[in-house]
Amino acid sequence: MAKRPLYLARASYRRHRLIDAARLLPVLGAVLFILPVLWAPRPGEVRSLATDGLYVFAAWGLLILGARLLVRALSAPGGEGD
Amino acid sequence: MPFNILILACLGYVILLFLVAFGVERKSAGGAAPPWLRSPLVYTLSLSIYCTAWTFYGAVGYAARSGLEFATIYLGPTVVFLGWWVLLRKLVRIGKTQRVTSIADLISSRYGKSALLGVLVTLLCVVAATPYIALQLQSVTLSFAVFAADSPTSQDMPDRASTAVWVAAGLAVFTILFGTRNLDANEQHPGVVTAIAVEAVVKLVALLAVGVWVVWGLGGGPLAVMERIDASPLAHWDLHPDRWVGLTFLSGAAILCLPRMFQVLVVENADENHLATAAWAFPLYLFLMSLFVVPIAVIGLDLLPAGSNPDLFVLALPLSQGHGGLAMLAFLGGFSAATSMVVMAAIALATMVSNHIVMPLWLWLGARRGAEAGELRRLVLVSRRLSIAGMMALGYGYYALSGGGGALAAIGLISFVGVAQMLPALLGGIFWRGATRAGALAGLVVGAGLWLYTLYLPSFGPGAVLPHGLLQAGPWGIAALRPQALFGLAGMDPLIHALFWSLAANTLVFCTVSLLTFPGPMERVQGVQFVRVYDRDAAPMRGWSAGRAGAEDLLVFARSLLGEDEALAFFAAETDAQGKTGFLPDITPDFLARLERRLSGSVGAATAHALLVQITGASAVTVEDLMAAANETAQIMEYSARLEAQSEELSRTARQLREANDKLTTLSVQKDAFLSQISHELRTPMTSIRAFSEILMEGGLPPEMTARYATIIHEETIRLTRLLDDLLDLSVLESGTVQLSIRSANVQDLIARALTATGSTGAGRGFAIHRDPAAEQIAVTTDPDRLCQVFINIIANARKYCDAPRPELRISVRRRGDRVQVDFVDNGSGIPESAQALIFEKFARLTDQHRAGGAGLGLAICREIMVNLGGGIDYIPGQGGAGFRVVFPLAISPQAVKRAG
Repeated sequence: MAKRPLYLARASYRRHRLIDAARLLPVLGAVLFILPVLWAPRPGEVRSLATDGLYVFAAWGLLILGARLLVRALSAPGGEGD
Repeated sequence: MPFNILILACLGYVILLFLVAFGVERKSAGGAAPPWLRSPLVYTLSLSIYCTAWTFYGAVGYAARSGLEFATIYLGPTVVFLGWWVLLRKLVRIGKTQRVTSIADLISSRYGKSALLGVLVTLLCVVAATPYIALQLQSVTLSFAVFAADSPTSQDMPDRASTAVWVAAGLAVFTILFGTRNLDANEQHPGVVTAIAVEAVVKLVALLAVGVWVVWGLGGGPLAVMERIDASPLAHWDLHPDRWVGLTFLSGAAILCLPRMFQVLVVENADENHLATAAWAFPLYLFLMSLFVVPIAVIGLDLLPAGSNPDLFVLALPLSQGHGGLAMLAFLGGFSAATSMVVMAAIALATMVSNHIVMPLWLWLGARRGAEAGELRRLVLVSRRLSIAGMMALGYGYYALSGGGGALAAIGLISFVGVAQMLPALLGGIFWRGATRAGALAGLVVGAGLWLYTLYLPSFGPGAVLPHGLLQAGPWGIAALRPQALFGLAGMDPLIHALFWSLAANTLVFCTVSLLTFPGPMERVQGVQFVRVYDRDAAPMRGWSAGRAGAEDLLVFARSLLGEDEALAFFAAETDAQGKTGFLPDITPDFLARLERRLSGSVGAATAHALLVQITGASAVTVEDLMAAANETAQIMEYSARLEAQSEELSRTARQLREANDKLTTLSVQKDAFLSQISHELRTPMTSIRAFSEILMEGGLPPEMTARYATIIHEETIRLTRLLDDLLDLSVLESGTVQLSIRSANVQDLIARALTATGSTGAGRGFAIHRDPAAEQIAVTTDPDRLCQVFINIIANARKYCDAPRPELRISVRRRGDRVQVDFVDNGSGIPESAQALIFEKFARLTDQHRAGGAGLGLAICREIMVNLGGGIDYIPGQGGAGFRVVFPLAISPQAVKRAG
């Protein structure tokens, strides 16, 4: 098994961090989607479907955009990485 | 709208799909499939079978009942696809390298090609899929009913049951025609996938069209719709945290485990890179499908009469407003959603049933291998066709049994919890090498059992399957075992209750049993191949130890499964790869492994393995084989490491040799230079001696002149003698035949003697000497004369070469253990680094000969003396001038004397 280099050149370092980002994106997604659970309405207030809906769809759209950018950056130089 | 037109449109649409699927199949069979057919777009669209009629109709109904909660069903898959790099990529890679045919195949193959696991997973999937297929039939039937109710002449309207029968039969025909045309090595169905991609576009366009019409046509623009949402009864919806989190998790699990999703995601995947596009495009599809759900629900609640089924708002809204065309589009969208799901689910399940239930059963019944080409193949295809028909019948049966009532979403979720039971075995299988077959079996049995008991059976309604009393009071009156309130968790939502208990128990049992049991050899082979699928070193571990069958037997067998041409082509390629000609390759373990993988692409890993075992009579690997193979690999690695070390040593030696050679070359050049120099040195005094002696021989000179010439001759002879003495001295020292006279002496005395000899003492000599007399009080046993000679040489050199305006020489003496170290450091410019390596060599000379006044032998002699005295002399750089360090033992050792003597 070939030993992995300890330090990387700039390009491959960038690629490794992109992969890190691809790994972290679902975590961000999960956190954003679970967030509405924490918005317990205070006594006397009620939940608003319109507001909650706007939030969920905005977060959804942002995540899709983020995934699109990440995929483009990852597939740009090509090559295989784990 | 006349009902007949609806039927006609429906038929026309189905014919269009037939044509699409047929055309694509023909093009693919010709091998000239256009590139767009295998594009990331088609792949992403085919994934949309996740959005079934449940999404198309049910999401609006769900939103009308529980507000935003409907979105959780799409948020979970979004998170899974955002994490494609971690999970889906690995799943697809495993699917490709192992030629996985279904999720049952994946799990059975991972856990040592276990036939039992395959059967279990298949049964679970069939049971879970039944309500789901029923749901699609229900939605199509309901949508027909909506049109029928709207139709003025309803005499040609068939009753609901017969509609469902017709739909089920039509779907079965379509699926059988295109899903079981071929027994492909990769189990891919480009025709069906393309038809499904077309349907995906239709349902998206239909739902978006209804949504746009509702928001801008009925609602008066987005802002007005927002106000209407706030004013509607839905505005103050309740978010149940348990359901919100639980359903998001559940839908994420379902998209991985649903057999039809696995089919399009992994099995039908044509190119791993398509996943990168799907990673953002599929969430986008879900986003668009969900975007107008809430507005449609709100406006529907507003405009439609109270009591209308919210599951049908998508259809009922346009119909109630007299938009027949839009309603027709919506109907076709819903029809697409339902049919595409049913077709794909039927294909996936039929593959599983034929590979994991029918084939093992056939093997178990002892049927012998078919001698005729394609016999097994026909068996597989027939069993698949029957399975498809069977699945439809089961779906229809559930629909009839459950009475066609119940919300669409609730039915779908029951299926989700069922398939989610495969999640621990699936994830554990691809990320944890320690997961064992026993663990997966136990976890699945426990999880599926709990799911049946707490959710599936109660879903038929109290008294239908489980008696009323059992639901209320628990079996034998034990309250802790009530199906919907296990161990006292009474206040929970029944779905979340079932999800929690079944998955928690499943995971716990899976992990515990895995930790306690020991995997068999085949499990360990497969475990490595799955978990380390990216690791090329771990990849081809053969699963066969030896084969006794002849190549011809295997060819006959392969022909019966793959068909004549395929089998011959495969064998010819293998024979060719072994460097032979013909169709019969040598039966090597590698060949068997490849043949098995090829066959498993058609009938699944477990069946392929069992078939080959039956034919070859070969046993599969044992633990000993594994260890031997691993040892072999380790030995090869060790050998290559040794080679590497050797070559490193060689290159080190080569470097040393090169350095030595450089040094020799330099010295040889110097030696030549010296020889010419020494000839010159010898010649000059000789010439003057000869000249002056000739003058003296002629006579007639005044006495003072005679005396002067004699003196010159004498001095020149002395110079010659000194040169010759030096050379002699050096050769004696080098040959080690020098006679040392060992006595005791004091270092201080020796240094003083050397200073006196070089004329360095006394005032006004312009040469400052710094000493520390106290430190110099060291008694030594050595050859004092020789040591003194070294000191004299160094001090004389300093006097000669120190170029400082106020020359200084610092002499410091230190004792280091049983050795004495004397440093001589002046304040001149020192010796350049390039020359430091050469100054101790014979004949080395840095400046011109006349200033040196010697032959360049001084330091070489010093070095030889010090070696003979058991010590050494070194140049020490970085002292602010030239620095020499002389080291010698306190008492010269006998060996040194012996060597020297």
